[in-house]
Amino acid sequence: MQFMLLFSRQGKLRLQKWYVPLSDKERKKISRDLVQTILARKPKMCSFLEWRDLKIVYKRYASLYFCCAVEDQDNELITLEIIHRYVELLDKYFGSVCELDIIFNFEKAYFILDEFLLGGEAQETSKKNVLKAIEQADLLQEVHSVLLQFSAL
Amino acid sequence: MPAVSKGDGMRGLAVFISDIRNCKSKEAEIKRINKELANIRSKFKGDKALDGYSKKKYVCKLLFIFLLGHDIDFGHMEAVNLLSSNKYTEKQIGYLFISVLVNSNSELIRLINNAIKNDLSSRNPTFMCLALHCIANVGSREMAEAFASEIPRILVAGDTMDSVKQSAALCLLRLYKTSPDLVLMGEWTSRVVHLLNDQHMGVVTAAISLITCLSQKNPDEFKTCVSLAVSRLSRIVSSASTDLQDYTYYFVPAPWLSCKLLRLLQCYPPPEDGAVKGRLVECLETILNKAQEPPKSKKVQHSNAKNAILFEAISLIIHYDSEPNLLVRACNQLGQFLQHRETNLRYLALESMCTLASSEFSHEAVKTHIETVINALKTERDVSVRQRAADLLYAMCDRSNAKQIVAEMLSYLETADYSIREEMVLKVAILAEKYAVDYSWYVDTILNLIRIAGDYVSEEVWYRVIQIVINRDDVQGYAAKTVFEALQAPACHENMVKVGGYILGEFGNLIAGDPRSSPLVQFNLLHSKFHLCSVPTRALLLSAYIKFINLFPETKATIQEVLRCDSQIRNSDVELQQRAVEYLKLSSIASTDVLATVLEEMPPFPERESSILAKLKKKKGPGAVSVTELDDGKREAGELNGGGDRGPDTAAMAASNAVSTLSLLFICKTLIAVISHFHSYPFIPYLSCCLSASIPALFCGLSLHPCPVLWPPSSAPPSEDPAPPLSEADELLNKFVCKNNGVLFENQLLQIGIKSEYRQNLGRMYLFYGNKTSVQFASFTTTVSCPGELHKPVEPLVEGGAQIQQVLNIECITDFSDAPLLNIKFSRYGGALQNLTLKLPVTINKFFQPTEMSSSDFFQRWKQLSQPQQEAQKIFKANHSMDTEVLKAKLLGLGTALLDNIDPNPENYVCAGVIQTKSQQIGCLLRLEPNAQAQMYRLTLRCSKDTVSKRLCELLAQQF
Repeated sequence: MQFMLLFSRQGKLRLQKWYVPLSDKERKKISRDLVQTILARKPKMCSFLEWRDLKIVYKRYASLYFCCAVEDQDNELITLEIIHRYVELLDKYFGSVCELDIIFNFEKAYFILDEFLLGGEAQETSKKNVLKAIEQADLLQEVHSVLLQFSAL
Repeated sequence: MPAVSKGDGMRGLAVFISDIRNCKSKEAEIKRINKELANIRSKFKGDKALDGYSKKKYVCKLLFIFLLGHDIDFGHMEAVNLLSSNKYTEKQIGYLFISVLVNSNSELIRLINNAIKNDLSSRNPTFMCLALHCIANVGSREMAEAFASEIPRILVAGDTMDSVKQSAALCLLRLYKTSPDLVLMGEWTSRVVHLLNDQHMGVVTAAISLITCLSQKNPDEFKTCVSLAVSRLSRIVSSASTDLQDYTYYFVPAPWLSCKLLRLLQCYPPPEDGAVKGRLVECLETILNKAQEPPKSKKVQHSNAKNAILFEAISLIIHYDSEPNLLVRACNQLGQFLQHRETNLRYLALESMCTLASSEFSHEAVKTHIETVINALKTERDVSVRQRAADLLYAMCDRSNAKQIVAEMLSYLETADYSIREEMVLKVAILAEKYAVDYSWYVDTILNLIRIAGDYVSEEVWYRVIQIVINRDDVQGYAAKTVFEALQAPACHENMVKVGGYILGEFGNLIAGDPRSSPLVQFNLLHSKFHLCSVPTRALLLSAYIKFINLFPETKATIQEVLRCDSQIRNSDVELQQRAVEYLKLSSIASTDVLATVLEEMPPFPERESSILAKLKKKKGPGAVSVTELDDGKREAGELNGGGDRGPDTAAMAASNAVSTLSLLFICKTLIAVISHFHSYPFIPYLSCCLSASIPALFCGLSLHPCPVLWPPSSAPPSEDPAPPLSEADELLNKFVCKNNGVLFENQLLQIGIKSEYRQNLGRMYLFYGNKTSVQFASFTTTVSCPGELHKPVEPLVEGGAQIQQVLNIECITDFSDAPLLNIKFSRYGGALQNLTLKLPVTINKFFQPTEMSSSDFFQRWKQLSQPQQEAQKIFKANHSMDTEVLKAKLLGLGTALLDNIDPNPENYVCAGVIQTKSQQIGCLLRLEPNAQAQMYRLTLRCSKDTVSKRLCELLAQQF
């Protein structure tokens, strides 16, 4: 996978993850073009499209579009399910996720993504294992916060 | 405010985000951001040391601002401080900031790398994972330099935690992709392959991506992965849906891993081991069977995961291209999907079928779906699906259905989306040309194209129709008539005027007998369009007019009148003015003879690759066009090479002019030294629109220029041992004993032409590899091997329809019997690796210098060579014509001098020559005694070296 973008129906980027080195300018141009292209498509259209020399796989969940760019030999359907699994992970973690969760806890969205996909490839596809890793990290955080509160006393 | 805030929420951050969201305008947002930036800056610069929490909060705010699309140029140092913190939560944010806002400041990188190094050696798996994620996310060269040797160690160490292994595998993959030179293969490689056997499915899932990438680049080193992958796949495919617990996804066992395993197998040819292959075929059959079973769930995730595996399996089947049964089953399965209610499946089925269409085993099966595909082209609501349908029609087109497909595409063009019109036009034009049996159909089709979609008909398309009409005299009259009729339309496209001008200028005489299309009517028709046309078209029309003066002297006065008028002769456009002036002058002063010579009919165009095919490829990128070449008799030797010998000549010229070529040098110790040059170029004819009137004979000459193009670098050559020489290799070699030029080899895919020249002990051979398909050949490698020596020049891509050239410089060091071998490997989009070995037609006789001598000299030498082993003799039956002239030509082709008046029997042939090698000269005498009645020959050779007598005798016995 070359990159993943999350954006709203209004075209606002909510999360971007790039797995290939690109300059800031290129990233902005790609995001802009792609968001426009996808928003212009009608609901019943197919989830795949050829875009430049990449294959785009996208799906809309409520107000958010999830969009992945994969290479020619990559499998479109399994990419679609990568998106779904990521949505499931967010959903499970936040408890019925909504766009606001991702806006306010963007760092968590990134951490979950890093546990699931790394370097553009699936690292761990088990929902349990990914969430376990994230919860462990949260546990570490809470211990620290408790310690912080103690030190404040 | 957020619905949930897990972990330790940063209140300040949440407030800031709310503020931004509440901004009513872009200006308000920017104002708020600038205020925050100023605040953060002052905090960072302030004297008071910030605690970790505040630092983390501010760094997070910066990150948020950056993700909104604003530039951030500070905060890196604070992020690096966070990295080094012992608190996980701070470290995590530090890493996130660094991963998102990569900075190339070298001092900073040193600090980051230090922090990463500490975390990698911390033995705390959570810290190690964070560090690995950061390397994988940034993937810079500096990081590769620092960690490329460390990560493989972590990956294969026995005591590494599973989660760390997963991160390490993908981290290494990222580094390998950015800096392959820094990731050195070593002892760890074999252990990585064995991760395919790991108990932890997550480890296998992560490791396989790495293994696949490494296998693509170093197939030999990783080939043991094939059997491991097959057994892993087999276990997954045969497992019940609950066996794999959390790796089962909507009742489908390990879909991601299954897809990746099938993908990995596509890096290799079918397994050679029968048991492994059997097991794999079984897996593929099971996957195909499962597609027919009722779904275990109604959820789309279930069917997507299941079908993802199915499509990947079909890709593998197509890649192997060797199991007709599976190919046909795959095709039937895709056929079902063509009518599926899910748009996604219809799209993928159309896409996948395109590659199936190029397999000889499934081409016919694909063709049975033609009606469904045509229907898809007409009724699909999504343009991207229609595009796939058009691609598939193009791919499944052959002689049997060309008329139907072209007609459908033409009718679709009338309403086609603007975005795909140009490509459709090119495709129609290519199919029409490729499968034209009668060329009047071709002309009709192209003129229809111009009528329906004139704006999308690129230059190449109308150049091509003209090239073809010029080259085929059976269609010229028809073309003139049709284009004349088409021009009657009150509004016709400018491209039609161009074609009309050119064709009537050349062949208007063929329809001039009919009073309805008399010369003057033709001229008036053309001229009625003149004022509406652009300058280049008007320039072309002026040339057509001067041609008219030659063809029809009765139009001279009228045309001169036109040329003479101010709007021509004083036209502000210099090109038009020049043409008008010069044509007018030419028509007034030149005699009829001169005029007839200067304005003679255009000579046929040399044929190369169709210019429109080149255009389509350019448009779609390499490898994107797939056309089958099955039963395609049209692209025979002549067409591919541009009428026999002309091709190699031009090519040879281009090669000697080549500026930058990849040259590789190697020396064979034993027999022959070969120096190789590689040079490749596609041939793109172009029209020289700018006509210089001082040489009017050019008349809009289409000229053919070879354009040197450097191909993009590509993946490493496929590794597989060279195949043994073809069974017909000797036979092919024998064809070249008495000649130096010709087609050495040809099959459905590839044509190899040869042109060679020899002087003394040196030779130069030009090899021309022509790709007969329209699909790119990838990883194209050729290897010339003399017995005992190897060489590998690398020129990896041959575009569809294109030709590449290789030059071999040959030196004969000593005499030899075995011809060098030429091994060619390449892979074809969607096809198996091709691997074939031929004998290079370098035979000892190529180094002959003819020697003239008198009768007495001859017999004196003949006697000197009287030792029994110096003589070789063969009596054999004539295989070819015994005609004197044919025999003489062959003996001369052999390279010797053919001596007259030596043998007392005038029916016999006597030859003499010296073979030049670097180390010695070998004198050879030859006598050939035909017996016309018995249709037999007796061939006798005497050479100063016995091995040479023997070899020459063997070679020559095949020639007569």
